[in-house]
Parts: sequence; C-alpha cells; structure tokens
Amino acid sequence: MKSRLFKPALLIWLVAMLASVLVISQTRFVADLSAFMPKLPSARQQMLIDQLRDGAIARIVLVGIEGSDEAERGRLSRLLVDKLAHNARFTSVQNGDRQTQQHDQQYFFNNRYLLSPAVTPQRFSAAGLHDAIQGTLDAMSGDAGLIVKKILPRDPTGETLQILEQFIGENQPSTSDDIWVSRDGKRAVLLLQLGESGLNTDAQAAALEDVKQAFASLPARHADTRLVMSGTSVISVASRNIIQSEVERLATLGTVLVVALLLLVYRSLPLLLLGLIPVVSGALVGIASVSLGFGHVHGLTLGFGTTLIGEAVDYSIYLFIQRAGGGNPGHFWRTIRLGVLTSATGFAALMCSSFPGLSQLGLYSISGLLAAALVTRYVLPGLMPQQLNLRDLSGPGLLLQKVLDSLTRLRWLLLVAMLTATAVLALHHQDIWSRQLNALSSTSAAQNKLDAELRGDLGGNDMRYVASFSAPDQESALQLAERSRRVLQQLSRQNVIGGFHTPDELLPSLATQKARQAALPTAAETASRLTQAVQGLPLDAAALQGFVSDVERSRQQPLLSRDSLHGSAASVLLDSMLIQRPGSYLVLMPLRPASGENIALDKVRAALAAQQLGQVTVIDLLEETTAIFDSYTHEALVFSSLGSLAILLLLWLSCGWLQAVRVTIPLGCAVLCTVAILDACGIQLTILHLVGLLLVVAIGSNYALFFANKQQLGSDDQQRQVEVSLVVANLATVTSFGLLGSSSVPVLSFIGSTVAIGALLALVFAAMMARMTPRALPR
Amino acid sequence: MRVSILSKTLAGLLLLLGSTALQAADFSLADLMQQLGQKKSGTATFVEKKYIAMLKQPLESSGELAFTAPDRLEKRTLKPKAEAVLLEGNKLTLERNDGRKMSVNLADRPEVSAFVESIRATLSGDRSALERYYTPALSGGSEQWQLSLTPLQPRMQKVISQIRIAGARAQVKTIEFLQADGDRSEMTITSTR
Repeated sequence: MKSRLFKPALLIWLVAMLASVLVISQTRFVADLSAFMPKLPSARQQMLIDQLRDGAIARIVLVGIEGSDEAERGRLSRLLVDKLAHNARFTSVQNGDRQTQQHDQQYFFNNRYLLSPAVTPQRFSAAGLHDAIQGTLDAMSGDAGLIVKKILPRDPTGETLQILEQFIGENQPSTSDDIWVSRDGKRAVLLLQLGESGLNTDAQAAALEDVKQAFASLPARHADTRLVMSGTSVISVASRNIIQSEVERLATLGTVLVVALLLLVYRSLPLLLLGLIPVVSGALVGIASVSLGFGHVHGLTLGFGTTLIGEAVDYSIYLFIQRAGGGNPGHFWRTIRLGVLTSATGFAALMCSSFPGLSQLGLYSISGLLAAALVTRYVLPGLMPQQLNLRDLSGPGLLLQKVLDSLTRLRWLLLVAMLTATAVLALHHQDIWSRQLNALSSTSAAQNKLDAELRGDLGGNDMRYVASFSAPDQESALQLAERSRRVLQQLSRQNVIGGFHTPDELLPSLATQKARQAALPTAAETASRLTQAVQGLPLDAAALQGFVSDVERSRQQPLLSRDSLHGSAASVLLDSMLIQRPGSYLVLMPLRPASGENIALDKVRAALAAQQLGQVTVIDLLEETTAIFDSYTHEALVFSSLGSLAILLLLWLSCGWLQAVRVTIPLGCAVLCTVAILDACGIQLTILHLVGLLLVVAIGSNYALFFANKQQLGSDDQQRQVEVSLVVANLATVTSFGLLGSSSVPVLSFIGSTVAIGALLALVFAAMMARMTPRALPR
Repeated sequence: MRVSILSKTLAGLLLLLGSTALQAADFSLADLMQQLGQKKSGTATFVEKKYIAMLKQPLESSGELAFTAPDRLEKRTLKPKAEAVLLEGNKLTLERNDGRKMSVNLADRPEVSAFVESIRATLSGDRSALERYYTPALSGGSEQWQLSLTPLQPRMQKVISQIRIAGARAQVKTIEFLQADGDRSEMTITSTR
C-alpha cells in the first residue's frame, strides 16, 4: 500500500521537523500586551502604545505592606526602601520619607529662580519687587500663612508659591509618622519605578521578584505582615505566569484526554502513536511558521496548540477508521482535502487581521493544519501496518446509526432551534457585544480591586487623558512643552481642564533657564531696588539679605539638568513625562478633568491648534483602547464573514450548489445557536468568540462534507465507519476545546467554549440535514 | 515635596480658621459644651491679626464666617485677598480667588483634623472630639470665659503651643493661636446672627 511518494515524503517530513525544531529553539516567546496592539497603528494609537510601553503607567509598581501594627509596617517600609534603594532595576524607590521630601523641597526652593514661571526682568524692578512682596504678605495674611511665613526672608517675591501653584489640586498620599499610608491607615504604601520599559516582561518579573525577596528577608519581620503589589507590570507578569501555566496544563490535559479517547477507540498503542504524528508535526510546523513570520511567538498562540490537537487528530481518526473499513481512498482524500481547504480558508481570513494575536493564530493554524494533513496523506499511510488491527466498531456503529437515523428524522428540530435562537438574539440584540478590552484581561477581580485601592492610596490619577508629542532632542521637547503649558494653563483657567502637568514645570528648557537667569539683577542692583521696594511695606530691607544673596547665587548657578533631580520624588514625575527613546524624546502630559468630569478634548485640540501646536496629540486612553477593540471586533466580523463566504464558495465550486446548501444550513444553524446559547448564559461576545465561530464553520464543514459526500457512501457498513469516525473526531474536538473553555485565561476560554458548543451542534445539525436519508437497518 | 508642603499649608491655614459666636456656659467645661451645643447655626464677621516677629506691623485680614451644626464651617476671607475654606463633615475644600478648588479628606490627615476640631468641636460642643486632640482648661465665669487648648500630639506642639478661645455666654469673641516660635494670631469675631 506504500506509494512511491513515500520515501521522498518521509525525507521531506524529517527535514521539515528538524528545521522546525531548530527554528523553535531560537524562538522568543512573549506574553505581553503586544498581542493586543494594532500592527499598523494610527498616530493616536501609537501614543497609546507608547504610553503602555514607556509611560508612567508601565513602569510604576505600587507596593503595600499589610498586617501587624502601624509601627511595624512603618519599620518594614523604611527597611524595604533601604534595601531596594541601590537596586539597579529600580530608578526610584519611595515611601514618602522625610529625606525624599526634603530633597524635593530643596530642589524647588534652591532653584526657584530658574523654575518659577513668574521670573521676568519686570518682576525684579523696584516696582515689580514691591508688588511681588505685597502679594506674598497678602498670602501670608491668608489661610496659608504658616508656610508663607517660613519662606518670606529668603523668598519675599514668593517664587516658591509660584512653583507650588502648579501642583495645587493634586491628590496626595496620606502620611503617618512621615511615611505614606493607605487612606484607611491599615497599610504602608510605597512607590517603585522600574528601570525597564513596559514591554520587557522578563526584566519586570525579575524586579518584582527582587521586591518579594527583599521583603521576605527583612530582619525580625512579624509573621503576620505581608506584601501586596500592583501596577501594570505586576499585572502583566501575573497574566504571563497564568498564561504559561495554563498553556502547560492545557497541553498536558488535552493530550491525555485525546490519547485516552483514541486508546478507547483504537485499543492499539502503535496506532495511537501513529495518530499523534500529524498532530505533533502540525504543532511544530505551526510554531516555527509563526516564529519565522512574526519574529516571536505569543504565549496565547501556544495556548491554541491544544485546539490544533483537536482538529489535526481528526485526520488520522478519519484515516484509520475509514481505512479499516476499506473505504475508497480517492474519495476519502478528496473529502479530507476539501475539509482542509475550507479550514485554511477560514484561518486565512484571520491572518489578514490587524490584531496581531489573531494573525498569529491564523498563520499557526493554517501551517499547522496543512502540515498535519500532508503528513496524514503522504507519511502516515506508509507507516501504517498493512493490516489495521482496529477494534471492531460495527457494534457501536450500528448503535450510532440508530441514533443518527432518529436525528435525521428530527430534521424539523433544526427549524425550531433556528427560530428559537433568532428570537433570543432579537431580544438581546443590544448587548450581544462586549466593548471592553479588559473583557480579555486575565487579571482577577481581586487584583483589580487591589490595584484601584493602591492607586487611590497613592493619590495617583488614572492617566486617562494625555497630551503628548515627540521631539528629536530634550531641549526641543522641553521648549515645546513650555509652549503647550501656556495653552493648558489658559484651558485650566477656563475650567476646560482641571489641571495638568508638563515636564518643564520640573525642568525648564535651557533657553528658558538662561532667560530667567538673565532677568535677575546683580547683588548691588537687587539691594538698591529692594530698598525702594519695601517703602510702605511693614518690612525692612535688612531682613531680606538672604534674598539678595540667593538671587546672586541663582545668577551664577549652573543650569539644571535631569541629574539635578536625582533622588527626588519629582524625578519620578519627570521620568513619566519626559521619556528618552532611541533617536527621540516622548513627552506625555497628563490632563486632569475639572471636578471628576470628562474633558472636552475637541476644545483642547482646538486651543492647541490655534497656537500652532497641532503636533501635540490629545487622547482619551479609555476611548482609544475601546476604539481599538471596536475596530478589531468590526474587522473580525468582516473577516469572519468573508472567511465564511469563501468557505461556502469553495463548497459550491467543488460539490455543486445543492451539496453546498446541505452543508451550509446546518453550519449556519450551529453558529446561530451557539451565539444564542452564549447570549442566554449572559456572556457578551468578544472578538474571540467570533474567532471561535469561524472555527466552528471551518471544523463543522468537515462533518457536513463527510455526511453529505454521496460517492463515499458505498455499503451500509462503510457509511457506519464514516459516521463512527466523525463522532470520534467530534469527541476529540469537543474534548480539547471544552478543556480550553475551562481555562482561567479569558482569551482561551472564550474560543474554547464557543468551539466546543459549536462543534457539537454542527455535528448534530449536520447529521439532521446533510446526512443522506436513513436506510433500513440490516436485520 | 508636594505632600509635605501642602500638608503644612493646610496646617497653617487651619491654624487661622475662624469661628462663630455661639452659646456659653458657666463654670464647668461640661456646662460650656452643653450651652455651645444648643445653637445650631450662626454667621459672623471676623478680623484677624497676625503678629509676626519679622514684620513691623501685624498683618490684617477680614471676612465672614458661617457655622451650621454639627459639622459645617465656612470661612470666607474678603480682604486683602479673596479666598475661602469650607469644612463639611470630613471634607475640607479650599477655594482660591481664581475659582480653583482643592479638597482634602480629613481622615487622611490627623494633624489637620486637630486644627479643625479645635474650632469645630468647640462650636458644636463636642467635648470628646476636643479631648481627642487637646487638654482643655476652662477659666472665668459664664459672663467671661476662656478656654485654653493645649495640643496633645507632639507634631502639633511643634507648631502650636496653645489655642485660647474666649467668649461671653454663648458668644465666641476671640480665638488666639500661640505659635511655638513666639508669633501669634488673633481673630476677633462679631456675631451677625
């Protein structure tokens, strides 16, 4: 039975396997957000991606210490800071301690004449000084008197207040005994900033591990104290770990289940091993293709490996069972070929998606299935023993035929199911689709709650609104930020926005620093102008000598650079707004809504454009992620429809329209009923359910084709063989996808549950509709 | 930096919060508290003088006060610079002359709560709230009483050495803050309702 193609085929197969293994050994496996980001982003989407990759969100780790009493938590907080302060993985480690606060205070106070936006030559004239000092005295008489009193001798013009002005309205972390604590006081909180960007999950995982170890090794730590962490990095590391363990668990369990099923049917170890050859070959080729095509393989793509087990194993099942029954190989291969082609057509639609996760899945499935089918066609028959010692399946075959016959007589049920499903969907047509990207997130509700709590504790805004741009170098970035600040300030006064931050508040451009320095008078000039300025004020110029010498020092002082902020809390804020990238600087300026409302971004955009600042992109991260997700869903809907259409076209071309209709109706009905079942279970559909439905069409078409294939129906016996093989294949598919459906990773479970339900329905419906009319059972 | 400066700003600001004139009591603190606790609302004008060593003259500010039991207190400064502080329950809101507002949750800031309670607890006659932060000492009679509050928290003692509230019967007449560095502020209150 060995064809003469066997030897070359075996050789090619061996080489291909070797090559695949080689490629896979060099492959980088990732489990980050990249799977969800568009391949060819728009300008705004690019900003979103930048934000996720380089923004403050990506690099901040929020840490809480819980348990024991406040004194112990405070002690541990301080020890943890000491321990992590010199860890190179962190660019900043803070718990609000006095030292850091003083560091910041000193930076702002000592450099006030370079930092204050109020510094102009006019302000340092005699009249300007008089007005400024009067203003400071007024402020002193008001509610903030205590602090103003402290700065008066050295800062009578109140430049420190001008700088502080920029931070008014911020939420601040609570402090107790000089360190940050949570709102309820039951947790000490710390803020860490990672050195690595948001896409290096390995480095992030290592850094988080450092924190855990440092905490675990703190001396004399009470046993009831514990460490909690959150932040994007914590969540992405956690979801990567979940994906990894899930992929391993699913692959193992899936293999065990399918093996058990096949053993049950074949009762032969050699046959079982042979049956797995196409599966393993397909998986290897699939991973290698994705690696070659994308440069890396996403963990989620591997998760779908189990689905491939489900579909690829079908081929060998068909082959063994039908071969054992002595079916006509020509017709058999034709049907298989058509089945593979329909599946591949469906997956080809996925490959076109701009959602990288889906296009990886498409490529993986097409290459995997083709490889599995080719191996089944050209390699497997040669390896098969001449005589298949397959268990006699005529008993179950007869039973099955009875069941299927009665199903076929229940054809009218198809109509009922279709009508019911349509009714369910018509009732719920408003909320069939989920628009939330986080529907796909694998983080637990507890983790999300902790994240929200810790963010609230640290007074962080959620960074929903961001104005951003990129510039070739730091100086031009800061100059552009200064121009933007003037516009944003105006908008803030008009209450269009509640507040904002720009990097130049913390580090003005060199040009601005020079201009402010140039605005300062010499010591002699300052002294004489001051004598005039204090006329009529309840203050002696002699009491302000510290001011004269500070102004003089500021005239001479070296200009501020990024290093000047080293070790301060402000440096973390600056790092989050001024991000160095290869060849450019990214500036992200957070905008705060006025009193918790939304921001009218069109007004912000118009105001920026009016000042020739059109290059500043203003985005609503929430809206942007929702929009990306919407576009994925929309696109997936289009591609799935096109894919399904292509499949129908293929069927029509190869079997004629009558046959195509017989195949299409049960498939369409299975899809409709699956959607209705999910909907009735209260599950909102996501893009992955859509992919699942496409898979239902791709896999289900195989069943329908076999049922409907007239030529293949020789004897009753042969028909029974076909049907047994279909049911076994279906069981394998439903098992492996059902397993996927049990996963705690939503992406995997969505597809899994959809396909498991859909494939089962497709088989039942195909039996009702596509199958030939029942014959009389042999007596 | 921001944290510390702002909390100090608040501390300073609350130090200077005014109060309305309400009811007074006789000899015992319990009597005073009981009397004060009976009046449910009131408005007043205030003049505040700050005596600061560095300045040749005291700084003066003036404005309006309003209190509604149990926990709403508003201080609206009109001169020399308009600004307002509104205390409602646990929420403290500062409003500047340009309309910008800033809110603080008192539960987050025990030291700010101490300042707030010196006035609010006095006005509402809440003895236990007062004694949580201060050692109160009452002198004089119902016609002319003086309540001295000495802070319990060491943090607070570093800023304020004593708060002296004086009144006649139900009226709070003056509130005086003695600062640890020797400066002081004095608020004179004239009830309008």
